[in-house]
Amino acid sequence: MHPAFSVIFLTTLLGAGQGLFLAMFTGQLYAIARFLPVQEDQFYAIGSLVALWLLVVGLGASFFHLGRPERAWRSAAMWRTSWLSREVIILPILMALVFAYSVAHLMHWTQPWFRIGEVLGVDATLLLGLLGTIASFALFVSTAMIYASVKFLQEWHSTFTVANFTLLGLASGFMLAAAYSAYLGNPLVSFFGTWAVVLTLGALVSRVAHLRRNARLKHKSTVQTAIGVRHTAVVQKAQGAMGGSFNTREFFHGRSPETVRLVRNLFLILVFPMPILLISGAYLIESTTLPILAFVIQYIGLLAERWYFFAEAKHPQNLYYQSIS
Amino acid sequence: MTQLALVIDLNVCVGCHACVTSCKEWNTSGWAGTMVDQNPYDGSPTGTFFNRVQTFEVGVFPNTETVHFPKSCLHCEEPPCVPVCPTGASHKRADNGIVLVDYDKCIGCKYCAWACPYGARELDEQQKVMKKCTLCIDRITDATLSERDRQPACVLACPTSARLYGDVHDPDSEVSVAIRERGGYQLMPEWGTKPANHYLPRQKNRMYISPDELTRVDNPLRKEDLTTYTGEETLDDVAW
Repeated sequence: MHPAFSVIFLTTLLGAGQGLFLAMFTGQLYAIARFLPVQEDQFYAIGSLVALWLLVVGLGASFFHLGRPERAWRSAAMWRTSWLSREVIILPILMALVFAYSVAHLMHWTQPWFRIGEVLGVDATLLLGLLGTIASFALFVSTAMIYASVKFLQEWHSTFTVANFTLLGLASGFMLAAAYSAYLGNPLVSFFGTWAVVLTLGALVSRVAHLRRNARLKHKSTVQTAIGVRHTAVVQKAQGAMGGSFNTREFFHGRSPETVRLVRNLFLILVFPMPILLISGAYLIESTTLPILAFVIQYIGLLAERWYFFAEAKHPQNLYYQSIS
Repeated sequence: MTQLALVIDLNVCVGCHACVTSCKEWNTSGWAGTMVDQNPYDGSPTGTFFNRVQTFEVGVFPNTETVHFPKSCLHCEEPPCVPVCPTGASHKRADNGIVLVDYDKCIGCKYCAWACPYGARELDEQQKVMKKCTLCIDRITDATLSERDRQPACVLACPTSARLYGDVHDPDSEVSVAIRERGGYQLMPEWGTKPANHYLPRQKNRMYISPDELTRVDNPLRKEDLTTYTGEETLDDVAW
């Protein structure tokens, strides 16, 4: 498949935004349970506004993927069958919830509405955070299922796709939360950093398992089933067009196998070991810049990861476009 | 239930591209607007086509044969491109089973093209909407045309009658009979898309002649003729 940068930015920015929001809410939950010191409302509010900004930029990037962006509002119609439609519905819901969560903290709407037991006071931020958590995970699933549900792209048609999108999004979000705390000089940096390392390791297991699965993948379609001729030697001699077509532009990445391998090795280094080393280093020397660097490097690695995700997938229609003449 | 479809006879397709040009001519002039041509007279001509003829070589030289392979939307009975469409622009008509795109609803997200294993859909680079074979829906439903003309443009153009058109759900239609009696098959059956279009395989007519078939073994004259021949004309050589 041809890796489109609109979709690469969309999926990585949304993932980091959802992850950052979930990190903020996790921080709040830990503070309620008194595992962490309670933060000022402003800490959660600004953090979720950054998450909202990422979601908005991601949504903006997605418009560059559309031929007719002015009709994008129509895409909510087919939510019964289309995961793309479901994503289109859940994304604005999540944006509204993240915004409301941020506003609730900014306006100090923290008077408990009711109490569960003696200690847990349920206020607006807690409820909005819970709803936002549900929406975040729903969005992870819908975004990933857009790719995982296409059975013809066997590289994508796997549970690993959903696991990777979720874990990588969470890892980058928690890494950003660590960077945000480090920037503010907040002691929560080690809490978010630890979670970021755990999630990055989880994503490493899932991503490497996905790579190993795809390396052993046997494609269902062959040129024999494509044209229905039973012979071991079938070679295309002409594809009906000399100057290429939509089919050659959309479904081929046009890079050499060496480039694709290089990008894979690059993302395996940038997404997993380097941010872990940097965030561990930050913990040891109490640096405030290394967590920011860790997030930036992991995000650049994620762009390469998503590029490889597209380039790796081989569409069966390519069997009809093997040779120009 | 009607399911209109094409049956393409690979045995007689000569790869002349008449179906490609007539398709383009009819559909670029229709109510749905033009099908773009970019650099038509330049180095890398490209554009939107609903139908393309591809060529494959089967076997290894010198034992090769050339297969000309016309490819357009197969109007699947289980179209995987339809449920993925987020706007409902991509749909399958209930009355005749043709898979169509509503060009006024399409947002050009290309998701349906990803969900088609045959590469039958092409995004128009000018109108920025997804386009595909309509089976000439504006011809075949036009009651002002004569019965003979109410067929897809590619079918009317084919000089070797390699393209048959009809209802594949009607067991007595020309297409159903052709599929049944001449080994019609579907492309990529492994995906369960149930394409309505079928292809008829190439068939070679072979004649096997054994040496004893070349002489008339029961020639009565041979039994009665007592002449000893020494190479001259015999009764077997006489043309009557």
